[in-house]
Amino acid sequence: MQVTVTVNGTTGSHDVETRMLLVHYLREVRGLTGTNVGCDTTSCGACTVLLNGESVKSCTMLAAQADGEEITTIEGMAAPDGTLHPIQEAFREHHGLQCGFCTPGMVMAIASFLKEHPDPTEAEVREGLEGNLCRCTGYHNIVQAALAVARAGELVS
Amino acid sequence: MIPASFEYRRAGSVEEALGWLAEDPDSTKLLAGGHSLLPLMKLRLATPGVLVDVGRIPGLNYVRDDGDHVAIGALTRHRDLEVSDVARGHVPLLAHVAGQVGDPQVRHRGTIGGSLAHGDPASDLPAAVLALDGTMVVDGPRGRREVQAADFFRGFLETALAPDEMLTEVRVHKAPAGWGFQKFNRRAQDWAIVGVAAVVNGDARVALVNMGPTTLRARATEEALDAGANIADAAARAAEGLDPPSDLNGSAEYRRHLATVLVRRALEEATAARG
Repeated sequence: MQVTVTVNGTTGSHDVETRMLLVHYLREVRGLTGTNVGCDTTSCGACTVLLNGESVKSCTMLAAQADGEEITTIEGMAAPDGTLHPIQEAFREHHGLQCGFCTPGMVMAIASFLKEHPDPTEAEVREGLEGNLCRCTGYHNIVQAALAVARAGELVS
Repeated sequence: MIPASFEYRRAGSVEEALGWLAEDPDSTKLLAGGHSLLPLMKLRLATPGVLVDVGRIPGLNYVRDDGDHVAIGALTRHRDLEVSDVARGHVPLLAHVAGQVGDPQVRHRGTIGGSLAHGDPASDLPAAVLALDGTMVVDGPRGRREVQAADFFRGFLETALAPDEMLTEVRVHKAPAGWGFQKFNRRAQDWAIVGVAAVVNGDARVALVNMGPTTLRARATEEALDAGANIADAAARAAEGLDPPSDLNGSAEYRRHLATVLVRRALEEATAARG
């Protein structure tokens, strides 16, 4: 079937199998491999992207369901000149990543979370990230990075 | 994991969805948010030949104050229910439980209709709707009918929905106070090992998550409360007559014990909230 999806501001039309998952569409059809496949069972959050600005797990959505919608992946976060998004910059500043596998999903989950909770407590950040696993167990600095972005009030959607 | 091949059709209306469903009800499934069905399809535990995507049917995502009850459209996402002022004001139990389902990403996609129609005894929302004595509005080729929550959940992943019917609305009585919810799990975002939704406005209704093949009520506890027993004594009977599963998360015996503890906590919460 034909799907037309706007990914990071670029609209593309492609013929895909009806059973193609969104994450495979992003990685294999659109060539955006920043979105990782982790557990493949809606648990780990590594494949988190934004659907119309809200976090979703792209392993549990068909490309067909994204037809006509807007998707943002980790590749769409930094500015065209390479300037990091404030969330990415906070991850760098607070050492919010170790192996880095969960990082794209974490950044996208935080982007969505901070829109819904612009001034969160630490506990709220931790609950808000319950859908994302870090197998390095680097949660502390990830939470610190999210809080730093919120405190700076510099979130750019 | 990739689902088996299927034909995909996107419905623009309930009528269109029902028409496609009627063509071959046994091998056609309705897809809303997909957060119950797609995982089953990826595991090849479900292999529908036709998937009818109802997710974009307009007019089925609402939480409406209808006088003595609140009406919720089947396509209302957990997130929408969680933050709905109508739900928070009139059925806070439902708003609270919606906010406990899965994780934020799941709540951005999953719908109340999908969760209820899936009929998973480990899901939270069926217990909340059962405790609220809700009514399911079901559309099908024979017209519209209403099914009480007490008659809706039939068995493991089995509901009163016929293969050619679609759940379109859920109605719950207003219960602004007198409610409690307990969910016990060992890892964030997991299904409840045991969960309890309790409503104590007038009659006490206590619904249990993951205490049997389907969403159940703790009848012995309810009868004890109606007969004037105190919370501790009534809660001690929470698992009477029930046959909960044993799995990696806990034995049946552990679940029976957990049910008595969580029912007590939910009832204490409900009566404290009421006072």
